[in-house]
Amino acid sequence: MSITTDTMRVPAPERLAPALTTGWMGWARANLFSSWLNSIVTIALAFFIVKYLIGFVDWAFVNAIWNVPNDAAGRPDTSSCRDNKGLGACWAVITEKHRFMLFGTYPYEEHWRPALVCLLFIGLYIVSAMRRFWRKELVLIWAATLTVIALLMWGGVLGMAFVPQDRWGGLPITLILATFGLAFAFPLAILVALGRRSKLPAIKALCVLYVELIRGVPLISLLFMASVMFPLFLPEGMNIDKLLRAQIAIILFAGAYLAEVVRGGLQALSKGQYEAADALGLSYWQKTAFIILPQALRLVIPPLVNTFIGFFKDTSLVLIIGIFDLLTAGKTAIIEPMWQGFAVEVYVTIGLIYFVFCFAMSSYSSKLETELNRGRRR
Amino acid sequence: MSDTAIDPRYATRPPKRPLRLSWSDERVRGIVYQIIVVGIVGAIVYWLYSNTVHNLDVRRIATGWGFLNREAGLPIAEYLIPYDPTDTYFRALTVGVLNTLKVAVVGIILATLLGTLLGVLKLSKNWLVSKVVTVYIEIVRDLPLLLQLLFWYALLQGLPGPRQAINPATGVFLSNRGLKLPFFEWVDVHSWALLLVVIGAIGTYFFHKAARAKQMADGQPRAVWPSAVIMMLVVPLGAWYFMGAPFTPDIPALRGFNFSGGLTVSPEFFALLLGLTLYTAGFIAEIVRAGILSVNQGQWEAAEALGLPRGRVMNLVVLPQALRVIIPPMTSQFLNITKNSSLAVAIGYQDIVSIANTTLNQTGQAIEGIAVIMLVYLTISLSISLFMNWYNSKIALVER
Repeated sequence: MSITTDTMRVPAPERLAPALTTGWMGWARANLFSSWLNSIVTIALAFFIVKYLIGFVDWAFVNAIWNVPNDAAGRPDTSSCRDNKGLGACWAVITEKHRFMLFGTYPYEEHWRPALVCLLFIGLYIVSAMRRFWRKELVLIWAATLTVIALLMWGGVLGMAFVPQDRWGGLPITLILATFGLAFAFPLAILVALGRRSKLPAIKALCVLYVELIRGVPLISLLFMASVMFPLFLPEGMNIDKLLRAQIAIILFAGAYLAEVVRGGLQALSKGQYEAADALGLSYWQKTAFIILPQALRLVIPPLVNTFIGFFKDTSLVLIIGIFDLLTAGKTAIIEPMWQGFAVEVYVTIGLIYFVFCFAMSSYSSKLETELNRGRRR
Repeated sequence: MSDTAIDPRYATRPPKRPLRLSWSDERVRGIVYQIIVVGIVGAIVYWLYSNTVHNLDVRRIATGWGFLNREAGLPIAEYLIPYDPTDTYFRALTVGVLNTLKVAVVGIILATLLGTLLGVLKLSKNWLVSKVVTVYIEIVRDLPLLLQLLFWYALLQGLPGPRQAINPATGVFLSNRGLKLPFFEWVDVHSWALLLVVIGAIGTYFFHKAARAKQMADGQPRAVWPSAVIMMLVVPLGAWYFMGAPFTPDIPALRGFNFSGGLTVSPEFFALLLGLTLYTAGFIAEIVRAGILSVNQGQWEAAEALGLPRGRVMNLVVLPQALRVIIPPMTSQFLNITKNSSLAVAIGYQDIVSIANTTLNQTGQAIEGIAVIMLVYLTISLSISLFMNWYNSKIALVER
């Protein structure tokens, strides 16, 4: 076998891989130009992207107007924006109205309070998102923060002027509706989900009826109900304000959807867990609180976050019954004749705010999903 | 087994024992808990009910469904059945239900088509295509639908007037009055031809079923498409031809300050349809993508190893398996489109919510108005879920 040993002693000279299969060129060949059809699609798509991107940049930045001068009466003069219509955006409407869009009719000199409230909400979300805070103390943190938020919004203590609820508006309302909605809907959802899996027929029937009834109708009909029917339900003289009524409707709505998510977690748990808890002689509530719920809730955190994103978006529906949330504030900001016709700019800005919140939550949820599955994927 | 008594080894339940009147008996506790819960719920409902009756009495609000037969006097811009403001409230509400169904059905069809396309494109090997689709899905899903609707409506209203309408093709005009499309004058013959198409479709379905049964018996595949073409295309067209082949094009044209003729899509309907379709397509795309990905890679490889061409791999092997994963979440998206169409009230498209809302404002009968809305949606939701459950059980995996 001398011939083979000879050839083995002298290795073939090393050659580089073909230039077209490595580096960015190789990547482009594999992912963008792998066939005739793919090349044509890539080039056509790239052409349109560049074309529309240039058009958008022109509209949003190059030709945009950021400020408008005041006219003789001291009102903003939007004629320059009107001449520019179709060519460039009129961000002056945002410059002029951003405080109104964010905080509604809240007294101007007190705007630091709703601003602080928004920051508190964001801080609360961040703390709740961190796994090291997933313990019982989180409930206390929520209770404390929500109390501080209520104090800040209403005022009337610590030298802060009292602000009635009908002057609240803008982003804080959106955050309040979504967060308080979740905080109250979640315990309700757990009870309903447990009830729906209960062996007691009457309780099960009540829970099924509630969930299916709420899930079968649109949120708007519940909001209408809250705005026109709740006053009829209550005894004479007892009156609750519009925001609270909408909040109740949102809680009832969210409760039904969250209950189904929680029920998914309860069903995903293996039967052995229930049997083991029974074998230990735990009572129903001990079993539920110490064995079942901690595991079931952990399973459904990603879908819970997704459901929460849905509610965050759905709070915008209160516009229809005239509650002053972020979207309503934006829509009202352009009612004045001089700002009419600049809706697109306002909606783009509001969309950006919603997008930041929802995108943060959805990327968090998908990250969490991979993280939580890591232990189970061996 | 001739023996009717249950072998104790197979008994899964403990033997029944008589109820003991003691707190330590689980069943007694259960009954007491149920009585307490039902009692509390019943008390709350009774309290709300008695308050309502009292309030209605004090405020002198009429109750009952008598208003349905009164003259509505509310103008409706779009209707599928003839309507006039002098018609009854019942007629007005029916028009509203039909408007809701119209936008929901068209929206479901368009969103399914667009969503499936986007879902497949997101799996494309072309990096640029898949990234563009990803960005689209992410943007659309993270913005409130209501905001998107208002945005499209504002854009449509910002379009030039009829005189400067955008005119991309002959007879197609896009202006702030909506979209104008060329059409032809609809006469009875067309309705008959359409009926023949529907009959042909039903015939094709049964023919396909019979062909499949025969194939199962003798293994011989039979082509369905020739008879499908004959039944759904040739026969209706032939009938139309022999009935005189009436065809008068109706092309919209600018007369004075507005258009005349053609098919009109109002800006309200257009904005609602656009918003619903684009929004839901984002969700459907993710469902379709997840469904296709859920099919094991081995299935693709096995099908290719059998020598099936790529199109048939998709049709015969992958899609039937993906559908099982896709159908249940798709059902809830269809329900969502229907329920979300109620946002029409924000941009002035007169669906059932909008008309019922006007009705309750005019008559002051809030309870009946809300009840109408809820009943309509519950009926629609229930029908869609029943249909989709039936379809789902048809394509479900038949196990041993």
